[in-house]
Amino acid sequence: MSTTNNTIGTGYEGNIREQISGYFLKVKSGDMGSLPAMIGLIVLAILFSIMSPVFLTSLNFANLFNQAAALIVMAMGLVFVLILAEIDLSAGVTAGVSAAMLVIGLNAQWHWTLAIAIAVASGVVIGYFIGIIVSKVGIPSFVVTLACFLAFQGLQLLIIGSGGLYRIESSEILAIQNSNLSIVQGWIFYLVSMLLLTYSGFAARRRRSRNGQPNRPITFLYVKIAVAGVLGLVLVAALNLERSSNKAFPIHGVPIVVPVVLALWVFCTFILDRTKFGRYVYALGGNPEAARRAGIQVNNVKIAVFTICSTLAAISGIISASRIGSVDASMGRTMVLSGIAAAVVGGVSLFGGKGRLSQAVIGGFVIAIIDNGLGLMGFNAGINLLITGGVLLLAASADAISRKRGNVVVR
Amino acid sequence: MGAPLPVIELLGVEKSFGAVDVLKGVDFAVEPGKVTALVGDNGAGKSTLIKGLAGIQPYDKGIVKFDGKEISIESPRLAASLGIEVVYQDLALCDNLDIVQNMFLGREEVYRGTLNESAMEKKASQTLAGLSVKTVKSVRQKVERLSGGQRQTVAIARAVLRDTKVVILDEPTAALGVAQTEQVLALVKRLADKGVAVIMISHNLVDVFAVADKIYVLYLGKMVAALDAKTTNQNDIVGYITGTKSAQMGNK
Repeated sequence: MSTTNNTIGTGYEGNIREQISGYFLKVKSGDMGSLPAMIGLIVLAILFSIMSPVFLTSLNFANLFNQAAALIVMAMGLVFVLILAEIDLSAGVTAGVSAAMLVIGLNAQWHWTLAIAIAVASGVVIGYFIGIIVSKVGIPSFVVTLACFLAFQGLQLLIIGSGGLYRIESSEILAIQNSNLSIVQGWIFYLVSMLLLTYSGFAARRRRSRNGQPNRPITFLYVKIAVAGVLGLVLVAALNLERSSNKAFPIHGVPIVVPVVLALWVFCTFILDRTKFGRYVYALGGNPEAARRAGIQVNNVKIAVFTICSTLAAISGIISASRIGSVDASMGRTMVLSGIAAAVVGGVSLFGGKGRLSQAVIGGFVIAIIDNGLGLMGFNAGINLLITGGVLLLAASADAISRKRGNVVVR
Repeated sequence: MGAPLPVIELLGVEKSFGAVDVLKGVDFAVEPGKVTALVGDNGAGKSTLIKGLAGIQPYDKGIVKFDGKEISIESPRLAASLGIEVVYQDLALCDNLDIVQNMFLGREEVYRGTLNESAMEKKASQTLAGLSVKTVKSVRQKVERLSGGQRQTVAIARAVLRDTKVVILDEPTAALGVAQTEQVLALVKRLADKGVAVIMISHNLVDVFAVADKIYVLYLGKMVAALDAKTTNQNDIVGYITGTKSAQMGNK
């Protein structure tokens, strides 16, 4: 009934060609998002497939997901903090402390769900504490979380005992990283994900047209669903291949951690993109004064963001503990830096205000694939770190340069 | 043709910070559909007067009437609920958000717990169209990509998004070039034409005479002149601002 009765566009108008040229204009002006990381990921994957015969096997493919999972979850948490132009250096040790709480709970013969709850709760408490100190006392987050980084290492030592190492016996906890969905469950997971994607795509369009706002050509939605459908199909099919060399112990199926991480990603993306709180997080990262004047409770948003970051760090700690199968007193110490690297490589800006969780996922895969590929080719850890550092520097430069270019006013 | 009832009327308003009296019994009136300019040198008390209206620093003494009723504007929230909006000089927009997101920041529309983007987008477009804004290509542009004039436009549109009765503009043209100043002044006029009472603070008398219906001059905490823009000239105003012409509030 109602139409847009003016000359001001919304960016949703125009046919396929106009939309595509609009996108290229955006990229040219420096707003590249995760495009460089995506290209990097593809290039690295091709490179390693050529250089290592093992890289493209289904065993390594599944392994890559296991390797990347904890890193990706930690990077997702850090994205929240980075959007505020803050930092959480203690996310790694928070993961360690939470994993320590997990084994304490398991050793006390608690039910595994309760042990997980305690581990996650310790992440919540730590994040809340950091948030209070940063927002109410007003100490820069770099200093607060550096202090936490040191103090929580002590906490870890006290919980675990120096040189101590606790094996995880709980089969449910170990299953997160070491068990797989059955072949049928894998396909059900695929179908449910595709149905949700399709439904949300059409629901968004319906909502826009109900308000009389234009939609992008529907072809884009079809293409999106088709691309996701094919990628998902290949992924699930590859993971459903038999990857054990020993016929007595068959290994196949989607690792359980994949739906876990996917669900976390969808949920947190929903929070950032579709809720008032998510909008306030971006606003606060863009211009704190504007956020304050708009009536946003700046301190509460900050506290919530640090709490979310530490909570995701705690979950990341549980995932890593499941992979390693044990928890020691130094766990997680270096992981926070890889997490920050993953977010930045994915295209999250260190200057605040910009960043998406999908970028953390892509960045996490880039870091994991470098680690994985170089390891397969027999390079030692030294080369691995050098190359990862180089990639991070490259990504940070891309961020800084695109920022400069973005400042040019386009009318 | 009787003068319309003022939306805001201040009578003998006083404000002091410690021993310093910043406002010494100021009278001020703002009519709907008119542009009222508030001029004065630095330190004359313009900002203090505005902050009182915005509820940021309530006045110490004096009568504040809104729509003829005596009230006291004690908080920014109360000012906003009365329909008083301030557009500060630094605009306070989030560069990383688009125009719609900026216009609705802090008062997002929600449908079943999630942001109702298309409804906000529609209202933002309609508000901009209602102000005859033609310089903005898309309401989904990021604010960082906008020119100074366009940013000012977004800030003003944000102020009139809801049922706004009074818009206070703090130096709206200070940072703008010639063409953009013209755009913004035209927007200020349209705002008044829509029945909004516009208060414009400015140092630029050319701009003031271009849009103002009435000009108030503050000098050292006192309102020394309240003049009809048609019957006065720049020399007179400069005289009042600098104190070389003395108070003649009585002739109103």
